[in-house]
Amino acid sequence: MTLQPLLAVNTLSCERGGRRLFSPVSLSVLPGDYVELIGANGSGKSTLLRTLAGLHSQFTGEYHSQDTLYQGHRLGLDGLLTPLENLAWLAGLEDHTLDHETTLNALDRTGVLTMAYSLCAAMSAGQQRRVAMARWVLSSRKLWLLDEPLTALDASAQGLLRDIIAEHCANGGAVICATHNAIAIDGKSELILDAAIAETLP
Amino acid sequence: MIRGALVREWQVLLRAKGAVINPLAFLLLTTMLFVIAAPDAITTATDEASAVAPGVLWTLVLLTQLLALDSMYRRDFDSGVLEQTLVSAQVPFVTVLIRIFMQWLSTGFIMACLGPVLGVMLGLSSQALPATALALLLGTPALSLLGSVGASVTVGFNRGGVILALLVLPLFLPTLVFGADMVMAAQAGRSVMPQVYALSLISLVALALAPFATLAGLKISLEMQ
Repeated sequence: MTLQPLLAVNTLSCERGGRRLFSPVSLSVLPGDYVELIGANGSGKSTLLRTLAGLHSQFTGEYHSQDTLYQGHRLGLDGLLTPLENLAWLAGLEDHTLDHETTLNALDRTGVLTMAYSLCAAMSAGQQRRVAMARWVLSSRKLWLLDEPLTALDASAQGLLRDIIAEHCANGGAVICATHNAIAIDGKSELILDAAIAETLP
Repeated sequence: MIRGALVREWQVLLRAKGAVINPLAFLLLTTMLFVIAAPDAITTATDEASAVAPGVLWTLVLLTQLLALDSMYRRDFDSGVLEQTLVSAQVPFVTVLIRIFMQWLSTGFIMACLGPVLGVMLGLSSQALPATALALLLGTPALSLLGSVGASVTVGFNRGGVILALLVLPLFLPTLVFGADMVMAAQAGRSVMPQVYALSLISLVALALAPFATLAGLKISLEMQ
């Protein structure tokens, strides 16, 4: 049985402000894959992820993605809502409803259960990141596009992030993650973005 | 999804009361300023028609709407909520429509309810007061809808306020003309039906076009950052 790729990218190159950011990349992401997106500042990691999420339309080449969850620098949490309310809304976007127990369990796992009823605006950057991680756990989306997910996370949260990604990949999901700090996941591949040479390493 | 979006808008509305109260306070204050600054323009006898009151009332409503529009998408843009809506929502169009409706409910609708009070302050004749409320009720949806287009395009700018005004005020012109004319007609005892049709038509055309334009504007704003 051949697996249907969750993402197929064919000679994709993003442009921004009339400038081509990186040499064309090709890549196929199968269920279970973890791809680390590596490149210097300004090499177009974020733009590539935004393109794959459908938020950036200046590009050449083509890609097919489906069922994506995008996590940018802005977390998508409304400061005037509690984590519970935010998670319920985000689940609503994917057209499913969460039961209270499941949501609390997810928040417990990411270590922000005590903040479940306080406003997100009152939480620290790291705590907000933890709420966002709870959202990934609750999501039914297969392909996660994560932009610098390690930002503001303490050591325990970094370990948790690794576990959540590994678990998602083991369950038939896939993750593309732009980061400057390698995350230790078995069987990961790297996609290096470079203005001069762009290549896929196994 | 529709329910989720409505619940979120409602929760935010209840927690950010300032976004509702501040523009209304601005409207009341500016009306009072006008009354204080130009007392001669306000006729005290309630039976007599006031020549300037309809125009002043509608101009102040336009400015108030403009003030409220600047923040229409800003919070959602800054927090990334907008991004998530466009990436994940099955029908972002519906979310945009709900946002516009809630924006109208928290500004235009309340201004329509306050209309008669403002009319009294400005010395409108009493027979024009129901028509004032009706004119605002029919005209303000167009202000929210057309304003939403301007707000969606300028949300990416740090200080988009002035550009927003330049973009949106010309679009408000038809509503201003027919809205003020309707109050005038009611004061003079003429039929207001032509203006009712005109204002309804403007709002309906805005309803048909503005949500799509807003969605396109939001996509452009998210791409420019």
